[in-house]
Amino acid sequence: MAHAYTPGLRVSEFTLLEKVRRLPLLGEVTVEVGDKVTHEQVVARTRLPGDVQSMNIAHRLSIEASDLPRYMLKEQGDEIEKGEVIAESKSFFGLFKTTCDSPIRGTIETLSTVTGQALLREPPIPVEVTAYVDGVVSAVHEEEGATIQTWGAFIQGIFGVGGETSGKLRVVVDGPGVGLTGDNIPDRAEGEILVGGARVTMEAIDQARKAGARGIIAGGFDDEDLKTLLGHDLGVAITGHENLGITLVLTEGFGEISMAERTFELLSENEGLLACINGATQIRAGVIRPEIVIPKLDQEKPAASGGESLSLGLREGSRVRIIREPNFGSLGHVTGLPPELVAMECETKVRVLRVKLDSGEEYPLPRANVEMIET
Amino acid sequence: MSEDTKLKSILATDCGSTTTKAILIEKRGDEYRLAVRGEAPTTVEAPFEDVTRGVLNAVGEVEELSGRKLLDGETIITPEKDGVGVDVYVSTSSAGGGLQMMVAGVVKQMTGESAERAALGAGAIVMDVLATNDGRRPHERIERIRRLRPDMILLSGGTDGGTVEKVVEIGELVAAARPTARLGAQYELPIIYAGNKEARKNIEELLSGKCALSIVDNLRPVLERENLKPARDAIHELFMEHVMAHAPGYKKLMKWTRVPIMPTPGAVGLIMQTIAHLENISVIGVDIGGATTDVFSVWQEETKEGEREEIFNRTVSANLGMSYSVSNVLAEATLPNVLRWVPFDIDVRDLRNRIRNKMIRPTTIPQSLESLMVEQAIAREALRLAFIQHTALAVGLKGVQQQRTIADTFKQAEGGHTHVDMQKLDILVGSGGVLSHAPRRAQAAMMLIDAFLPEGVTRIAVDSIFMMPQLGVLSAVETPELQQDAKRAAVDVFNKDCLIHLGTCISPVGTGKPGKQCLEIELDIPGSGKVHEKFIFGDVKVFPFEFGPEHATGVLKPSRHFDIGAGPGKAREVSIEGGVNGIIVDCRGRRPFNVPEDATERVAWINRWTDALNAYPGQSSQAGGGK
Repeated sequence: MAHAYTPGLRVSEFTLLEKVRRLPLLGEVTVEVGDKVTHEQVVARTRLPGDVQSMNIAHRLSIEASDLPRYMLKEQGDEIEKGEVIAESKSFFGLFKTTCDSPIRGTIETLSTVTGQALLREPPIPVEVTAYVDGVVSAVHEEEGATIQTWGAFIQGIFGVGGETSGKLRVVVDGPGVGLTGDNIPDRAEGEILVGGARVTMEAIDQARKAGARGIIAGGFDDEDLKTLLGHDLGVAITGHENLGITLVLTEGFGEISMAERTFELLSENEGLLACINGATQIRAGVIRPEIVIPKLDQEKPAASGGESLSLGLREGSRVRIIREPNFGSLGHVTGLPPELVAMECETKVRVLRVKLDSGEEYPLPRANVEMIET
Repeated sequence: MSEDTKLKSILATDCGSTTTKAILIEKRGDEYRLAVRGEAPTTVEAPFEDVTRGVLNAVGEVEELSGRKLLDGETIITPEKDGVGVDVYVSTSSAGGGLQMMVAGVVKQMTGESAERAALGAGAIVMDVLATNDGRRPHERIERIRRLRPDMILLSGGTDGGTVEKVVEIGELVAAARPTARLGAQYELPIIYAGNKEARKNIEELLSGKCALSIVDNLRPVLERENLKPARDAIHELFMEHVMAHAPGYKKLMKWTRVPIMPTPGAVGLIMQTIAHLENISVIGVDIGGATTDVFSVWQEETKEGEREEIFNRTVSANLGMSYSVSNVLAEATLPNVLRWVPFDIDVRDLRNRIRNKMIRPTTIPQSLESLMVEQAIAREALRLAFIQHTALAVGLKGVQQQRTIADTFKQAEGGHTHVDMQKLDILVGSGGVLSHAPRRAQAAMMLIDAFLPEGVTRIAVDSIFMMPQLGVLSAVETPELQQDAKRAAVDVFNKDCLIHLGTCISPVGTGKPGKQCLEIELDIPGSGKVHEKFIFGDVKVFPFEFGPEHATGVLKPSRHFDIGAGPGKAREVSIEGGVNGIIVDCRGRRPFNVPEDATERVAWINRWTDALNAYPGQSSQAGGGK
């Protein structure tokens, strides 16, 4: 039977997940293999080197760079206080002094007899990495971090902004095709992740922030609103580091688009449970997509996972979603994968598949314009 | 061909950021020809996270289309035996974000720029250029190094025997930043030092043990000369050793290929240089991809000693592309500049959302004509912006003392003048999905002309099915027993299957009032006979004339304020090649090139242009669309 490979986003009711939690620099791992951890628990910590300031002492003291050590009151590696004199030159039998005061508290990292420059480093900045999800430590990466294993529901979004956060899931609309506006946002939503159906408005995001929500999951969003939310036009899709006070995960894309029914159902079924979400998106090779993890450690694990795996590729009968207009967002089944090239309306000749939409309509469309939905 | 030919079949892939393209080349009789081509989405993304999956899919398509067995399970069969498998498999890659580098020099306009050219020529994306005079304070530079997390750093500075202090100053900043690479904590960041040889010891003391330090010859040993090859070779070597080895699936892919995987832009640059060298012409090439747009130029210049010299330059616009970077094109070009190429009303909100959806699902392709026209409008702007960047970097060496005569004082020519001179350009070659896969060749011709605005008489061509990268890496095969055949295969396929000659564009430089004559042509076009026509400012017209051994000959007579290459108002004798779209006379003006601001006037202006070339379905015209 013909088959083809196409990218797809995962929407799983219950699956095994592994989250690798790494420090940006080597440090100390605080957990051991087999430890049960909660999403807020610290699993590794380190101290990032502080910021560096340079100071050309030779220039300031009007001396040769090679003579620098003679004029230093502090050595390389010494701790220094802000305002402390670290070098000094004397002239006219000690009558006149020129001094160099440290502009920061920290240490003297290097002294160069070539450039006459001192590099002063501020105190280290502590950094901690949490488990992010409730689970069990399945591996420890020495001095780097740990892998946390968990079971639960898992949904990959298509685009997001804002970093990792967690909260109780709360569905605030009646169905996947209902847009999320300011009217749907409850007055109080402290620590909650709000779930909408179709497009979320900027007004809804503002109100959700005011109500104390930590995240929003919705089908679509307007590019104009994204610009308002970020304060600038997003050029390259590398997100996750924004400090917006809320994390946004889009499951479908931009514009008036309903959330996939299955995604909405899955989120509704899990209402009230803890959801760990991350809006970080990187649309470059080595892509990172936003995600929603709903840990369910107590649920019985299946012996073997059923359903169709994305890695098997498209086959006749595969469930797909159309990801380009016309009919953007519609769902259907593959009914054929003909090998010959077919001309589209714009005359482009492409490899196609035949798809039968849930509405009953059947037609060919480029294989590149569908994504597979895991069943 | 001799009996001892080693290569009978070649499989070559290019793993792009969006699509993996595979071509099968076969020896047929006395020559090598392209047999079939296949493609599949690149699979560095989850759930696959393994580039070889996309390669196998593309090769599977080649297998299906050619009927030749190439795969044994998940292995490419080599060498060929009884018509099964291929003799050699080679590959290029720009997936994984390509090679992202930072470069540093002492003076930004001198060693900084030389380092940038070395990195760009090796196929890298230059994320930033650090220099002692870059206007930033030391802590800002350190912060920048830390934040960008490059794959590699090229450190240069000082001529041999020149400043040591300033070179060490830059080295100190790099050491203080303790840069980590984007590929993880275990990845030892490669740093290449190609600066003043007197400072090597200091640099070694500063950086040894903190990174994977390589030291090569100074890339600017004296002010008057660049020596970029050692640095470029080191970049290629480290790209394989470090960067590729950490990208998903590349360790496996590296084992499959007979020669090292080459960065895609490096391979395209090689082919561009080959074209220029073989024909002794000046060439501009552009490769517009999903994430980046590369512009290459080779200019034939004369040295002081009267010898011919080929000046090669490559620039990469890291965030101008048709899928991953499409939103950035919109952000940089601005919406009005994109919309000026769209001949129908479109809801702006809808357009912005569509462009974003292309960015987040980069492998999708247009189905409707309207969608196609919007993508081609964006492509024009991406190409235009990339060319502006190229013109700014393709310049002569700065800081070189020049002897001037009295006459030179009137020219005001400074060191660092751009090599780009559109009147001297012989051929403009386009490559990349949006150009190579345009349903009608006329669309590619229009995009190239609108973005690059060729002047005088310029040939226009496209890579037929986007295979320059594969031919580039093939021409670089250095294995002794294969080298000769591989080069011959690259040249054969390039001449016979790769380049599609679209035609010749005749564009008088100047501007005038509508209704005023700007050009008169007298041409003898083989197959069509003699043509004698006068053109008024704003006219566009196409004369059908297929590419072949015969040329159209005659004279072009510009009006007083227009220049066709011989000077304002001066006639020029020409010998012109044909192409799929024939001879395109474009009298829309140059310097400046103005697009009407009034919406109705603008739509009519675009339609005149697209009608003349019969670029889109449903248009009646004098010319063939050249499918």
